[in-house]
Amino acid sequence: MEKPFAITLDVGSSLANKTGTWRTDRAVYVDRLPPCNHACPAGEAVQAWLYEAEEGGEGYERAWRRIVADNPFPAIMGRVCYHPCETACNRGQLDEAVGINSVERFLGDLAIERGWRLPEPGSDTGKRVLVVGAGPSGLAAAYFLRLLGHGVTIREAEPAAGGMMRWGIPRYRLPRDVLDAEVNRIIDLGVELETGVGVTDAEAALEDGFDAAFLAVGAQIGKRAYIPAGTAARMLDAVTMLHGVEAGERPLLGRRVAVYGGGDTAMDAARTAKRLGASDAVVVYRRTREQMPAHEVELEEASEEGVRMRWLSTIKRADEGRLTLERMELDETGFPQPTGELEELDADAVVLALGQECDLSLVEGVPGIDVEDGVVDVGSELMTGRPGIFAGGDMVPAERSVTVAVGHGHRAAGAIDAWLRGEEPTEVAEPELASFETLNTWYYADADRMHRPRLDAVRRQDNFDEVVAGHDDETALFEARRCMSCGNCFSCDNCFGVCPDNAVIKLGRPGERYEIDLDFCKGCGICVAECPSGAIQMVPEQI
Amino acid sequence: MAEQRIKGYQTGTYVVGNRLLDPEERSVQARMDRSNTLTSGHRACRGCGEALGARYALDAAMRATGGRLIAANATGCLEVFSTPFPESSWQLPWIHSLFGNAPAVASGMAAAMKVKGRDDVRVIGQAGDGGTVDIGFACLSGMFERNDDVLFVCYDNQGYMNTGVQRSGATPPAARTANTKPVGSEPGNVFGQGKNVPLIAMAHGIPYVATATVAEPRDLEAKVERAMGMRGARYIHAFVPCPLGWGSASEDTIRLARLAKETGLFPVFEAEHGEITEVSRIRRRRPVTEYLELQKRFAHLFSPTENRPVLDRIQADADRNIARFGLLGGAGEE
Amino acid sequence: MLEQLEGSQAIARTVAACRPEVISAYPISPQTHIVEALSDLVRTGELAPCEYLMVESEFAAMSACIGASAAGARAYTATASQGLLYMAEALYNASGLGLPIVMTLANRAIGAPINIWNDHSDAMSQRDSGWIQLYAETNQEAADLHVQAFRLAEQLSLPVMVCMDGFILTHAFERVDLPEQEAVDAFLPAFEPRQVLDPAEPVTIGAMVGPEAFTEVRYLMHAKQLQALDAIPPIASGFEAEFGRASGGLVREYRLEDAETVVVALGSVLGTIEDVVDGLRDEGVKIGVLGIKCFRPWPLEEVRTALGSARRVVVIEKAFAVGAGGIVGQNVRLALDGLGVRVDDVVAGLGGRPITKRSLRRLFGDVLEDRLEPGALHFLDLDKGVVERELERMRTHARPGPHAENIVRELGIVAARPH
Repeated sequence: MEKPFAITLDVGSSLANKTGTWRTDRAVYVDRLPPCNHACPAGEAVQAWLYEAEEGGEGYERAWRRIVADNPFPAIMGRVCYHPCETACNRGQLDEAVGINSVERFLGDLAIERGWRLPEPGSDTGKRVLVVGAGPSGLAAAYFLRLLGHGVTIREAEPAAGGMMRWGIPRYRLPRDVLDAEVNRIIDLGVELETGVGVTDAEAALEDGFDAAFLAVGAQIGKRAYIPAGTAARMLDAVTMLHGVEAGERPLLGRRVAVYGGGDTAMDAARTAKRLGASDAVVVYRRTREQMPAHEVELEEASEEGVRMRWLSTIKRADEGRLTLERMELDETGFPQPTGELEELDADAVVLALGQECDLSLVEGVPGIDVEDGVVDVGSELMTGRPGIFAGGDMVPAERSVTVAVGHGHRAAGAIDAWLRGEEPTEVAEPELASFETLNTWYYADADRMHRPRLDAVRRQDNFDEVVAGHDDETALFEARRCMSCGNCFSCDNCFGVCPDNAVIKLGRPGERYEIDLDFCKGCGICVAECPSGAIQMVPEQI
Repeated sequence: MAEQRIKGYQTGTYVVGNRLLDPEERSVQARMDRSNTLTSGHRACRGCGEALGARYALDAAMRATGGRLIAANATGCLEVFSTPFPESSWQLPWIHSLFGNAPAVASGMAAAMKVKGRDDVRVIGQAGDGGTVDIGFACLSGMFERNDDVLFVCYDNQGYMNTGVQRSGATPPAARTANTKPVGSEPGNVFGQGKNVPLIAMAHGIPYVATATVAEPRDLEAKVERAMGMRGARYIHAFVPCPLGWGSASEDTIRLARLAKETGLFPVFEAEHGEITEVSRIRRRRPVTEYLELQKRFAHLFSPTENRPVLDRIQADADRNIARFGLLGGAGEE
Repeated sequence: MLEQLEGSQAIARTVAACRPEVISAYPISPQTHIVEALSDLVRTGELAPCEYLMVESEFAAMSACIGASAAGARAYTATASQGLLYMAEALYNASGLGLPIVMTLANRAIGAPINIWNDHSDAMSQRDSGWIQLYAETNQEAADLHVQAFRLAEQLSLPVMVCMDGFILTHAFERVDLPEQEAVDAFLPAFEPRQVLDPAEPVTIGAMVGPEAFTEVRYLMHAKQLQALDAIPPIASGFEAEFGRASGGLVREYRLEDAETVVVALGSVLGTIEDVVDGLRDEGVKIGVLGIKCFRPWPLEEVRTALGSARRVVVIEKAFAVGAGGIVGQNVRLALDGLGVRVDDVVAGLGGRPITKRSLRRLFGDVLEDRLEPGALHFLDLDKGVVERELERMRTHARPGPHAENIVRELGIVAARPH
């Protein structure tokens, strides 16, 4: 075509005009720290494994593998973790937090069903590590140490591994086949498990051919409180009671059981008592419902099962078949104060659920190890004052939960590995938190949370069947897809689409994201504003 | 179509792409092989809504026609920023004639295609609001009444931005422009003026009329595709915020378009042969102040003191739209 | 094929023979009969394939032609008077873009006061629009010029306006030898657009051009229009060869051989002038006529050659530049620059006022007797009484100043009609 001068132009010739020179700020892709990851005591990359799970199908195994990179117990976590990830979940500010825990359980169960195997152990380092205690912390440490190629021996005082997961958490919350499956998977990595072998002297045990030790003996001793009691009053502690039940005993509780305390163990004790035939199980707690440390879901399920609550009450005295309670009142600081008003409560037995203490006799006399407030002092890398001896789980100062314990095991394994190699543990700088304000939540589909079904209360009365059911594939997928992928690109193409200058390049191959074409980016910031997950930010140009 | 078509896929169809969707269900703008009909290097301001809207519309039209598309463009920002000699940002056959005649030029092009038996080549006309609702209006109406086979797209940024932000027949009440300054007894553009061209287009009984915003590219694309599936005169009125003329932050362009719809100030709907067939319902209803306060052209309504009566009038306009078009009851609406 | 028919019908049928593909028009007197006839031909299918767009205005008519032409279709429209002005913006655009649109202009006066009758104010108002302007003397020539216009337009990729006097020609029944279809097809090849909106080869037409190149664009436009001066004569002679009659060209000389006085005019008035000149020649007066067939581009050399040996030239024109003077006359003076030929401008036939032989005879007498005041603008058949009274009234109401007084002084010197 004969194009008249200047009037008629070649198409696309403006590509010669590099509008990037206009820019004073540029868009930069970032990976912010999702609040779920941030909140996870076990250090799971929650957003990352949800991202894989969102694809369903093949993505499930990738998701599971992403979980077990940080935590070998997805099926257990999906049942007993109190999911601080969900508490932190930004979606909670939009409608309701993503049911991360339910998806984790789905993946954990799927892995058991399909027989997915944990990663192979690393090549042998020739080092041997002693783990004392086969609870979540010890097992996690053993798992990660094996992955790093170290030899691991676990010494466990109880006849079976699991720690509080087995002896403290009732079966209706954690079926034992699930527990066994995930524990055995770790043992199968070549962990030497010695059960029924208590360690009484850590120092001596270490000298038994070990290069390092990780102590995770837990907190097994129920705290006692002084309660004036008649001779015939039946009193026992919750830890002992739950342990006994797991061991096949049937504690003598009578028809009416009072549980003293307000934590999750109190709930477990009361609910177990109901299942053992108590017609009446009453939790007596000296503060209010809002102040009680038990998790909401435990209280809810206990209430469904007929467990009653007596708030603002202390037990003044226990007699045969009857308790004397004193009503409490909160003072202006929110602390309960006695009122002198007394009430009576019929109870055949009192179960004390006032917390647990550790048996730290194994570190007594070990040079360098300090015990303070009933727990072992450790540094940030979980090493005690005795080089080579590390400790974690309930026996060190921290929140006591399975997930925290797993996190300790993971961290300790890394620290032990570094120590064995004579290196300083590497500190990874944490990226900026992906706050709710960095998101553009308009883009997320309206999707109400799917809750896991619970067994009808009437069907829970006389058995230890699992109360909470898992999601099916479709529901788990739906729930996974509620994830907003906070702070991390999830390939939604918004930046690619909304740039008025076509200055976002879509790389297009799987796993690849986008690039800013700085030849043409004018720095308008629309891609940043319209990124749903807050994975782009503006930074000033150096001019 | 503001309601999501696909539920629960993390973002449904709200985002441009969404890796979880079947590639065929993703938008034209998500495609690496999109035409980029208006390509890089154009001289639109940072964050230009019109540049975005034009690419959305034309890429969709290009895809719908298999690239057999020719365009007539009115004078205005879109023309000026895309074709300063010696560079053109267009990647389709494109002609700029005059400010007021784009619909007629397009009619002539359509007639040429028809007479040459090239019915496969489709014609699009496009203009800003000035070139559509004001100076181009007679030609537009003529094209409508003859039912010429043209899709005409108006990129409405509510004023004469190219000439320095003067009032047009699409400028909203109270807005400050260069000739409706916030001085005198009625600051900003006066109430009770302006014209609603989508409704006027419907009154012509043409096959298809739709409104859309740059905040919902998939909706806009769907409408273009729908329009391209029809013959005769079709009209799409696309709402395109202008950071320069509105005094808004460049990154707020899409946010403003979204708010215009979610406040009810800009009803998004489709109509066929003069009857409304679809209304895009409000998903998260917002008060008009949230939309207005992001724009300096309305700054006089907020400072030095809040002008409550005028804000109330604007809210009342939005409420009237909501009632008139039945904008409530959307997906996320409580 | 010789037929006795109305000028408009002749034009319509000739245009149809040129196979326009898109016709876009808005009715205005005295163009209406042309477009009505064309719409008939399209509706009956006699003209096919052709799309006829009944647009809402002349602005749209020209705009649709622009679109059609840019899309590769042979495009045609017709208008007159106010309609031409209403499409003025689009006229400049069509020529600026170099689109070979052909338009019939049924010349008519421009208001206010509104007047539907003939003069050349409309065409002359657009003389600088970049369109080629051809002026027809007869209906035969008007018809023939359309065939040539399409060929010229498409050869140069420039729009062409064929001017024919409204009513005088458009509504006159005369014998016209209508160009036969086969002959037109042979003379006028299929339209090969120079630039076209084609998805197979996309281009951007109509860029914005700034100071860095605008002068060059306009220079090239000027050069391109001047190419018509070279293109028109061979097209006219080619036409004559094909159709057996002379039509068009740049200028037409009539009895110029030894003329000392030459009358210059354009359009249908030429016939009347020639009649009067014949009479004067019979009386031994050395007088001749130069008809301008192509006013844009201005055939400066041809005019200079034709008039160079005359002693005086009188230009009779149906329009004038208000406040300045003759339009054609100015162009003639430019052509005769330095030759010392006296040129007088006489405005005649405004708003349909008949230009009679009697008046012309009297005018030429004044010319020959040297009774015209040099340098003044002369008006044929001006009603001196009316304007004098009006000017007198103006004088009493306001101070008109010396220029208006001079006009009064000059009034009636030229062929003032006795009353």
